Amino acid sequence: MKIIYQRPESLTPATNTYCPGCGHGIIQKLIAEVIDELELRTKTIAIAPVGCAVLSYNYFNFDVTEAAHGRAPAVATAIKRLLPNRIVFTYQGDGDLAAIGTAEIIHAAARGENISVFFVNNAVYGMTKGQMAPTTIPGQKTTTTINGRIPEIHGYPLRICELLSSLDGVVYLERTTTSDISGILSTKKAIKKAFLQQMENKGMSFVEILATCPTNWKKNPLESMKWVKEVMEKYYPVKVYKNPSGTEK
Amino acid sequence: MKIKLLNGCEASAEGAISAGCKFYAGYPITPQNRYPEYMSERMEEIGGIFIQAESETSSINMVFGAAAAGFRSMTSSSSPGISLMQEGISYLSGCELPAVIVNMNRGGPGLGDVTPSQADYFQSTRGGGHGDYRTIVLAPWSCQEIHDYTYLAFDLADRYRNPTLVLGDGLIAQMYETVRIKPQKRRFAKKPWAINGCSGRKPNSLKSLFLTPGVLEAHNWKLASKFAKIEKREIRFEQYWCSDSSYILVSYGTCARIAKEAVQRAREEGIDIGLFRPITLWPFPYAQLGEYIKNAKKILVVEMNLGQMIDDVKIAAANSSARIFFYGRPGGGIPDPDEIYREIKKK
Ligand SMILES: Cc1ncc(C[n+]2csc(CCOP(=O)(O)OP(=O)(O)O)c2C)c(N)n1
Repeated sequence: MKIIYQRPESLTPATNTYCPGCGHGIIQKLIAEVIDELELRTKTIAIAPVGCAVLSYNYFNFDVTEAAHGRAPAVATAIKRLLPNRIVFTYQGDGDLAAIGTAEIIHAAARGENISVFFVNNAVYGMTKGQMAPTTIPGQKTTTTINGRIPEIHGYPLRICELLSSLDGVVYLERTTTSDISGILSTKKAIKKAFLQQMENKGMSFVEILATCPTNWKKNPLESMKWVKEVMEKYYPVKVYKNPSGTEK
Repeated sequence: MKIKLLNGCEASAEGAISAGCKFYAGYPITPQNRYPEYMSERMEEIGGIFIQAESETSSINMVFGAAAAGFRSMTSSSSPGISLMQEGISYLSGCELPAVIVNMNRGGPGLGDVTPSQADYFQSTRGGGHGDYRTIVLAPWSCQEIHDYTYLAFDLADRYRNPTLVLGDGLIAQMYETVRIKPQKRRFAKKPWAINGCSGRKPNSLKSLFLTPGVLEAHNWKLASKFAKIEKREIRFEQYWCSDSSYILVSYGTCARIAKEAVQRAREEGIDIGLFRPITLWPFPYAQLGEYIKNAKKILVVEMNLGQMIDDVKIAAANSSARIFFYGRPGGGIPDPDEIYREIKKK
């Protein structure tokens, strides 16, 4: 008998409590697989801030610390500066990274901190049950925009990759999706590339991942995947924004 | 032993370095701008890390990261900046992480001014942020003491895995005195809980989130027993002439140093008055002060605020029949010895 598939060592056997069809489970598994493949498990430190992300210390089978809402890049900055031989990443939601924590992410990026950031964009505040996020799409209904987000009233969404692409401290910047198998596979590739950049001490590597939140979108998992593809990917182009010098596009 | 002429910021920074501090993050704010400036040079010299953060919110969360990684780490600021740090300090205590925070208290509320104040007493001694927690608070009155107590703050923070505050003010931050530098600390207790890569051990996690019913309550009880231990072991105070006095002046920090001169003068004129000076503001020396004021007739509390420590003095005086008076200078006013002397005579 030959094992052809098993749980990555970088994931604990705990049953995750994410909702059915939630993007977090998929993305955390991809991160764990990459860490196994690169044999980084005992060197890795994750920072899991407030949001559904915070629960990941139950699922990642390596060192994880909590962080206050939005502050993971500051926490990661200190850890990486003090332990430059470890692999340090933050795993942040859109409310966390693009609203309350905008200052921390922009300044960590500007300083060129040699960390990897995985930014889970599900266009909504998941953990607090579905309020408008900075990335909520115009027209999208949330519990604080019950008639849909109206830019004239609620402002326009933030496109984080576009915003960060002007900063010299970011060496690798890509937006990926989890709306289908090929998207999921490219997400995994991007996660790997991010870690490889960090191992070469290049600067910040940042992957924005479009993800589902079926519970708060009030859609079933399949409809949710479809909505990512048809609506989110239109507003948030899936592409490489910044490629490290010396690598192919 | 090295002796140097330093201001309070520099003296405190040297205390931190002697104690093995390897990480400093801060953001400029008067009256303690010398602190980040000085640390930017010194951290480079000793091979530590200095970061000028984008805000005090970020500073304290950087300190959180450094502490989580198992390093002795600190930040310094003044009142408005310390307000911004309160969420982070609460997380430090909730996650049981050791760190040192120096507050060079200035006048408030709001932007206030940049002169010395003690108006952050409540914030410092009642936890300051959200949740049921306390921070150890050390209140120095000289450059030597801020050096020694900053060093001590690191040991206490590590011993109890809890943030520790050094509460100075604009006066101590900017005055120069000679300071005997403590020898470099070389031996440190291990931190098996640190987040530094799980090589050769099971993964560690640091958190203050406990969603399972009853678990957070148990965590809080665990913190409570730690706080009780601190209250039992770590009280520090000084008293002058209190044993034979029926009149006790209670004051702390630089204000107590000013008051001491007034008390001395009053004693020379035959008034039987003593000075009681808490050094740890939390844990507060309730029982110790209580003993000295048991038979006192008058207590005068002097603070550079509208009256905050006086609440603790009243708790300490629960079994005393002494009358309690207050003299305060809020909003950046500094009393001089003459003024306190006149207050002593008036009461
Ligand atoms: C200072 C602070 N403000 C608000 C909250 C409440 N809160 C918890 S999670 C969350 C939103 C998280 O949304 P997001 O970052 O998009 O992550 P998701 O849960 O969708 O993955 C908020 C507002 C908090 N914990 N702390």
